[in-house]
Formats: sequence, structure tokens, C-alpha cells
Amino acid sequence: MNLTLKIWRQVDANDKGKMVDYKVTEISESMSFLEMMDVLNEQLVNAGDQPVAFDHDCREGICGMCSMYINGEAHGPDRGVTTCQLHMRMFKDGDTITIEPWRAAAFPVIKDLVVNRSAFDRIQHAGGYISVNTSGNTQDANSIPISKHAADQAMDAATCIGCGACVATCKNSSAMLFVGAKVSQYALLPQGQIEAADRVQNMVAQMDLEGFGNCTNTGACEVECPKGISLDNIARMNRELMKANI
Amino acid sequence: MALDSKIPKGPIKDKWTDYKNHINLVNPANKRHIDVIVVGTGLAGGSASATLAELGYNVKSFAYQDSPRRAHSIAAQGGINAAKNYQGDGDSTFRLFYDTVKGGDYRSREANVYRLAEVSANIIDQCVAQGVPFARDYGGLLDNRSFGGVLVSRTFYAKGQTGQQLLLGAYSAMNRQIARGKIEMFNRHEMLDVVIVDGKARGIIARNLVTGEIERHSAHAVVIASGGYGNVYFLSTNAMGSNVTAGWKVHKKGAFFANPCYTQIHPTCIPRSGDYQSKLTLMSESLRNDGRIWVPKSLEDVKAIREGSKKPTDLTQDERDYFLERRYPAFGNLVPRDVASRAAKERCDAGYGVNATGEAVYLDFASSFERYGKEQAKIHNLENPSTAKIKELGQEIVKAKYGNLFQMYEKIIDQNPYETPMMIYPAVHYTMGGVWVDYNLMTTIPGCYAIGEANFSEHGANRLGASALMQGLADGYFVLPYTIGDYLADDIRTGKISTNSPEFEAAEKEVSERIEFFINNKGTHSVDYYHKKLGKIMWDKCGMSRNEEGLKNAIEEISALRNDFWKNVNVPGTATEYNEQLAKAGRVADFLELGELFAKDALQREESAGGHFREEHQTEDGEAKRRKEFQYVSAWEYKGEPKDAVLHKEELAYENIEVKERSYK
Amino acid sequence: MSGFFKSSIGRKVSMALSAFFLMFFLLQHLSINILSVLSPETFNEVSHFMGTNPLVQFVLQPVLIFAVVFHFVMGFVLELRNSSARKISYAKNNGAGNSTWMSRNMIWSGITILAFIGLHFIDFWFPEINTKFIQGDWSGTMEGIQGFRYHEELVHKFINPARVAAYVVAFVLLGLHLAHGFTSAFQSMGGTAGRKKTLQTIGKVYSIIIPAGFIFIALYHHFKH
Repeated sequence: MNLTLKIWRQVDANDKGKMVDYKVTEISESMSFLEMMDVLNEQLVNAGDQPVAFDHDCREGICGMCSMYINGEAHGPDRGVTTCQLHMRMFKDGDTITIEPWRAAAFPVIKDLVVNRSAFDRIQHAGGYISVNTSGNTQDANSIPISKHAADQAMDAATCIGCGACVATCKNSSAMLFVGAKVSQYALLPQGQIEAADRVQNMVAQMDLEGFGNCTNTGACEVECPKGISLDNIARMNRELMKANI
Repeated sequence: MALDSKIPKGPIKDKWTDYKNHINLVNPANKRHIDVIVVGTGLAGGSASATLAELGYNVKSFAYQDSPRRAHSIAAQGGINAAKNYQGDGDSTFRLFYDTVKGGDYRSREANVYRLAEVSANIIDQCVAQGVPFARDYGGLLDNRSFGGVLVSRTFYAKGQTGQQLLLGAYSAMNRQIARGKIEMFNRHEMLDVVIVDGKARGIIARNLVTGEIERHSAHAVVIASGGYGNVYFLSTNAMGSNVTAGWKVHKKGAFFANPCYTQIHPTCIPRSGDYQSKLTLMSESLRNDGRIWVPKSLEDVKAIREGSKKPTDLTQDERDYFLERRYPAFGNLVPRDVASRAAKERCDAGYGVNATGEAVYLDFASSFERYGKEQAKIHNLENPSTAKIKELGQEIVKAKYGNLFQMYEKIIDQNPYETPMMIYPAVHYTMGGVWVDYNLMTTIPGCYAIGEANFSEHGANRLGASALMQGLADGYFVLPYTIGDYLADDIRTGKISTNSPEFEAAEKEVSERIEFFINNKGTHSVDYYHKKLGKIMWDKCGMSRNEEGLKNAIEEISALRNDFWKNVNVPGTATEYNEQLAKAGRVADFLELGELFAKDALQREESAGGHFREEHQTEDGEAKRRKEFQYVSAWEYKGEPKDAVLHKEELAYENIEVKERSYK
Repeated sequence: MSGFFKSSIGRKVSMALSAFFLMFFLLQHLSINILSVLSPETFNEVSHFMGTNPLVQFVLQPVLIFAVVFHFVMGFVLELRNSSARKISYAKNNGAGNSTWMSRNMIWSGITILAFIGLHFIDFWFPEINTKFIQGDWSGTMEGIQGFRYHEELVHKFINPARVAAYVVAFVLLGLHLAHGFTSAFQSMGGTAGRKKTLQTIGKVYSIIIPAGFIFIALYHHFKH
């Protein structure tokens, strides 16, 4: 298929940036979206132009690097996938595809479609861990039974890949799904409950400091999340924060 | 230089404990004055960084991704082995040790493997304490599954995302240390050289991938934890950025590179579909627990399927060749990876491949749907359930176990694997070879360590499933933090290492010149052009099976390709900006050298062992034939060009395990 | 605790708490107003009670005013903060692909309701305050009217079709505001999945009944006149 691409180009953080049109031809519908971008870049390099910078690494939907806002949706029109798992069969010959970087004040653009998501790391530094020594001299792994239900729920929260689609999608650029997932994972496990109050307070404080917006429960994040992280995690974080303050 | 593996004396089960009791320690007050650089933040690098910082060292960690959490360990799916014997099925430290040595085709070091098996149980304890949500049974205790090449269930898992969860555990431990200021994190930085001062590794030269700035970082020791080099094949299940650069740079500065030809080709990957393909996608080996692998018995059926006039589901049981069950009745579909991959290749080479490219076999879940369905019908007290109902009930169970993998398959191939068998084909997945290390995990450069997949590892010539995670975390959490202290104990009075020495100066100059070259070359071909060509040579001639002629050709071709690369490569943009092509050019340049050494090593190793299969050395029924005279580790010393590399042999002694024919029949 | 209400989540919670109060108020308001259709006498009596009871007048009324003002001011503060969290907007954004119109436009439905409250105050609340607090007339009667004046005043307001139209539009927007706001408030307070389905149903019913009731009353009086 032949496609027209409208892509955000921005030389560096200080550049104003603009949308630029490109044409690609003979795109196979079995290609992943990023393979289509590879074709474009190969074309640009061979023509002596600058290739489009975009984040990507594992290309199997787990590392969370890839991050494109495609035709008005984070990771494009498909559900439950990252951009690298989006296949060109989702598009039709002759389509025009608009590709933009994640837009959030807390995620400044580094170049073209590459953004800086270190705000997520800083939120994790504030409390995204259990304070346990890494000596291995802990008690036996089976000494505290954990109900399958709690373990499964913790796992569901823990599947977050930190891609930032929730922030990109949210009309308020809120990071609450991301933070809620981390807070939930630990709040659901006995090992995490000991520091639960401090953790949620510190992580929420850091989240606010980073300049993310406020959740208005539109639910868009849950829909666009490639891992289907549930809105319940935000509710749980709200409860945890209230509990921590009472 | 003679290789000294520094294996402690004494009975194997006491070696590690005795050794720990007698090595030098650094007092906590002195650790504050010692810096350690860790390159890579996967399971090995992440856990090492966290633990070293916890102990009190000042750690500088480097990742080329934008966050430590994105290292490719995250993509490991199936699980992590540990000799916990929670299932009471006869597992023990010795049995894990035995399985690993046997699985590795008797090409690994006994003492290292035993130590790995010994600390494996601690890993699970540690991870649970960190909040890793492993799968549990209804009683609230940890669940296990079984993996290829073993007869017990010792694999712990977190859905199909075990690597992700373990990495996030290590990342959380790192976060705690980053918050305390004990780890200084350098994201989007790539190590481009190691700096040797007075014969010791004392720092690295790194490039800031955002600004292009070349930076000098000093430390008292340097730890390489940068993963494997599977991307030398261009197409592999590795991440796009996975590279050999860190390992190759230390090799060029004096570290020996061991067994480069030992590559693992994983049997359950999604077949390739076209030339544009940028990577291959793996599906967990755990699928082989419930899926049966087959191709049609007759070539006519193969033809009909390729043409689309027949569907795989049209074939009766009699018309199918379950070739793993046929050849290996004892292990069936759960034979080790190298065996399963080669068996699939054998069928496809004989013309039985079931897709258009002829490179695919079926992985069929129909009998599992039936088996689980009947079980569920009993549980739910359904009398005379219909076939459709049984299938539906069975599919629910399979969905709960592997739902994400089935979904992933459907997205990529656009076929519903609940209705038609999956198609799979082997793909490059893991490299057992790597930087040679002694028992302390130190390379032949004093003060330079290599851990995880980056070293030549405990997996011998073939790695068993769910053992990579185990090794990465064992090295990082429990082995390196002890052994490095023995070395650093001599450095308590050294003080900060200056980055203004002539050695740093020279290393930086060399790095800068190479970058300048790439930018100014303005050649005719893109970096990917060369990478793809290299990949094709590697896959065709150094792939699942190798022969003398092919390997000799490969050496010539890679050498010629490398010369062409240095003349005609085209790197757009400048050196002082975010420039992915530039970063990639450096990585491909190193692959072009490694590839040749790889072929040289494969040529030299005139036997078949594990992932290394030489066509000249096979039994009558096509199994790998090991040769006693090759019972050694090949450690290569850099001498300028790969063809000039000098071989050093570390003989392998088996005192606790009898070396036998590796049979899974 | 003061730190809590300064945090993003604390602000959500305070929005939810004021919303709960306002939603309860709406229910109460509708229940009384529907009496104007069913039984003008009862309506008059209840209105007089509400209009003169000191607890209602001096405790509940200030709380209500505070809740209204708070809900609006906080709503605007959050809206400003949220819009500054994205400095450059998307060239193409498919909001409808992942969320409801109501959830994305709370600020617009809110502003419409605010405008309506202005009109409503001019119509009813300012005259009431004038009568009771400035003129000091707490009798609830009016010259030329037998018994209490409340029903007569209500009916009188709905003669003008323009006003009725304005009321209807405002109530439709109120319905849309509630359609998202009801469940959203529970979510902000940490409501969980188990109750979600039920809550959503109740939310839907509530966000239809409340505006539909008010619209019915306005139209009833308009056409009956």
C-alpha cells in the first residue's frame, strides 16, 4: 500500500518543530508500524536526509520504549498493543497517517518523536520499591502465603511497561494510571504494606511536582493502555492516600 | 598468558561457602571511597548495581535506553529456575547442577554451575521480598511449571512476563539506591571504550546519546553487564539496540573472548514474513508444555497446505508427524532448545515446512484443549459434555496460561491460534559465549568483570530454559558483590581515580576519531545495509548447522564486508546530536569484527556440542557428536584482526558428573 | 491533612465530596419541586418550612453556597492546571476513540450550569433574600394571594417560553455533567470494581431522572398555564 505520513519534526528540545509530509510506497500489510518507519528512514538516509528519530527497542511490546501518537491515539488505532505491535493491516492504501510525539509538559521532546520520560523514573525513586536489603538473607519465599487473588491483582498492576501512553492520552496529561499501578502492586502484597503510607504519599507528591495534570476519570488511559491496566488502580491509590492521611 | 580459572579447592558443595569465608572484605567505611562502574541495567547489571550500592560502594550505572527498566531482560517470558523443591518432585541443588551441566552438553565449568544452583533458591526469596508477584496456587504458595530438558517442575513464573517482573524488582532495588544517592544513573549513555591504567580497568569512555558529548568516567572497577550478541545475525529475538560493543571493547583491550560460536537458536519463534522484517518474536518455551509440534507426513499434504487447498486441521492424526515425540519419546516436545530447533530445521530442510517460505512447523494445542476440557468438565460435574463444550472449557484454561502469547501471535500473523495450529520456526535468541571470566567473574583485565549473558557463562554449549534469569540475578545479587570485594580490598587507599591521565586522554581521542570518521565518510550505503548483509552470512553459514566450507567462506565474506563498510558506510547527521544511525554504525562495526571471530571459533571447534552443530560431526541418526578432545573453553586473545586472534584453552574437568552421551530419547 | 487537600488526589477527593453534597441537594430539590405538580398545598408548606427553618437557612444554606462556590472554583483551578500540563496540543486527537464526550467536557457543561445558576438566582434566590433578609418578611405570604406565595411564584416564572427554553438547555447539560460526574465522584473516593456495575446503573438512572424531572416540571407549568 502507499501512504502519506504527516510527522512531527523537531531538531532538538529548543527547536519549535513542525509537521512534515512524507510519502512511502509498497508497504506490506504484515509490517509492523515501526518497520514501516524503518522503510521511511532508509529512504531518507539514502536521499541524504535526516531520518526520523523515534524511541524503540524490544519491538515485542514489553520494553515500553516506543511511543507514538498515531492518528490521534497513543500507540495508534489498535487496542492492547504498543506501536511496535501495531500492524499495517490496520491501515488502508492511500491513508494519511498523522504521527506525533507524546505531548505533555512533563515529557519534553528530545528530538522528533523522542520524548524524555525521566519524570516516571523520579516518581519511582520517590517510593517505587520495598526497602529490603538485597543480601538474599530474607525469609523463605513461601513463609508468607499470599492469596492467589491478591497475587493475580498485583501482577495485573505490575504489568505496566512505563511507556507513558496513559499520560499522552489523558486530556489532562495525568500520570495517575502509572502511579496507581505501582502503588497498587505493592499495596496488594503483604511485603509492600509495611511502607504503604509513606510510599503513596511520596510518590503522589513527586508526581505532582513533575507537572502532570489531575485525573478527571475520563477512563481514556485504561482504553489506550497497551497492557490494559485497570482504572481500579487509580481508585486504589486514592484510597491508599486517604488511608495514609487518616 | 596461561588461563587461571581460580576455582577454589575442596568438595564441590563446600567450594563457594569456604571461598566466601576466606576472601578479603572491604570495611563499610572504606567502601564509601570506592567507585564501581556497571555497564548495563538488565537483570545482571541492575541487581549488581543495587547490591553494590547497598553494600556502600559508589556506583555509576549506564544504560543506552531511557530508563534502566527497559533493558532486554524485560522480554524474558517463561520463568526462572530455582532448586526449591516446593513440588516435592525430587529436585535438589545437585539435580539443578546436573541438569544444567548436561543441558550445556558438558561444556561448562562445574564449580560455577554448582554455585549457581546453590544460590538459585535465594533468588526466589529475594524477589518475593521485593514484591515480585510470582504466580501462586489457591493455597497462596508459589506455583511452578516445567521447562525443557528437565524432569522436575522448578520454574517460577509471573504470567508470561517473568523477565519483566524480575527486572522491575531489580529496578526497584536500584531506585532505592538512586534515591539514596548511592547509584548515579546515566540513561541514554553508551559505553564506547574501557580505560586501562597501570594494567587495571579504571574507567570508561561513554557517549551521551542525546547530546553526543563524549564523557570520561573513572572507577576502581568496571563491570560489563551488557548482554549477548545475538544481533550479529541482524534478525534475532534481541532488542534492536542490543549489541556487543561493551564486551568487544574490553576484548580489544585485553579481555579474552570465549566460545563465541555457542549460540542458542530458540525453537518457538514466530516465522519471518518478509525482507523488511526488523526482528523476530519469541514465544515462551512454556508453550511446549501444552503444544505438540508436527509437520505433515506426506509432501503432498505440505504442498496442499502451502497452496491453501488444505488446512492443517483437515489432516488426521495419522497424517501428522509429531517428529519430536517420534524421535525423543522420553522428553517428547520438552527436549532442550538446541535439539528441538535442529529437529525442526531437519524437517524443513527435507521439504516439510508448512508456510510459503518453507520455514515453519506447527505447534498444535488441540489435544490440550481436549485434555483440559475433559478435566474441567469433571470438575464442573458436566455429564456427557459436547465436543464443542470440552474444547471451550479447555481453551479457557489454555487462555489463562498463555493468553498473552496467543494474542501476540494473532496480532502478528493474523490467524487465530485457538482455531488453527500456530506456526513456529527457530530464531537466534541467546549467546552462551562471551567475555571469558574466572570464578570471581573477573575477565583477563584486572578490575574488569563481566556478568550475565555478557560473560561466557555457566550454560556451556546450550542453555536450558529459565536459566538465563537465574544466572543474571545470581551473578548480580549474590556472586559479584562478594568476589569484587576481594579485588577492591587492595584499593582502599587508592583514592579517586583521575580522568585527566594520558590513558583517558588516549581512549577518548580514539573514540572521538572513530565518530568523526563515521560522520565525515559520506559513503554510499546505510548502516542497515551492512548489518543485513552480515546477518545473512551469519544465518546461512554460522546458523543452526555449520560446516567447514561454509565457515571458511563466512570468514572471507565477513572480512570483505568489513573492508567495504569502512570505505562506503553512510552515516547522516552530526556527532553532536541525538543520532541513532551514528550509534548503530559503531555497534555494527563491532559486530563485523565479532562475526569473523565467531566463524573462526566455529571452524576451530571440530565437534558438535549444544548450540554448535558441525555437520561433519553427527551420529548416524543426526544427533550432535561431542569429541573428548574439545572438552575445553576456547578463549580468544585479540591481536589486531579477528583472523589473528590467538586461542587459549581452559580444560574442563568433570569430577562430580560423569560425562555421557547427552540423550533425551 | 492540609497537605492532603493540596495534593492532586486530595483535590479530586474534595471535588467528589462537594459533588456528593450537591447531588444530594439536587435530589432533595427535585423531590420538593415535584410536589408543585402533585400537590400545590404540600409544596407550599414544605417550601415555607425550608424557607424559614433556621437549621436550613443558617446551616444548610451556607454549606450549600460554599459547596457550589467551592465546586466551581476548584473545577476552574483544576482545569487551568490540567491545561498547563500539556503546552502543545495534538494536531490530531481522537478523543472519542477512548472516552465519552461528557467526561472530556465537564468544564463546558459546568460553565453552562454556572450560567444557569446565575439565572436561577435572579429568578428565585435574590428575590427570596430580598424579601426575607432585607425587607424582613418571613411570613411566606404575598398580597393578593391566599395562603403561601411559593407555588404562585413558581408558576409565574414558567410563563416566558425563552426562560423555559433556557432551563431545558441547562438541565440537559446538567444531565450530561451528572452522567460522568456521578460515577467519577465515586471513583475519586476510591470506589472499586465490585460495585462499579451497580454504581454505573444508578449513575445513569440518576443523571436521567434529575434533569428529566426538572424539565418536566418546567414544561408542565408552562403548558398548564
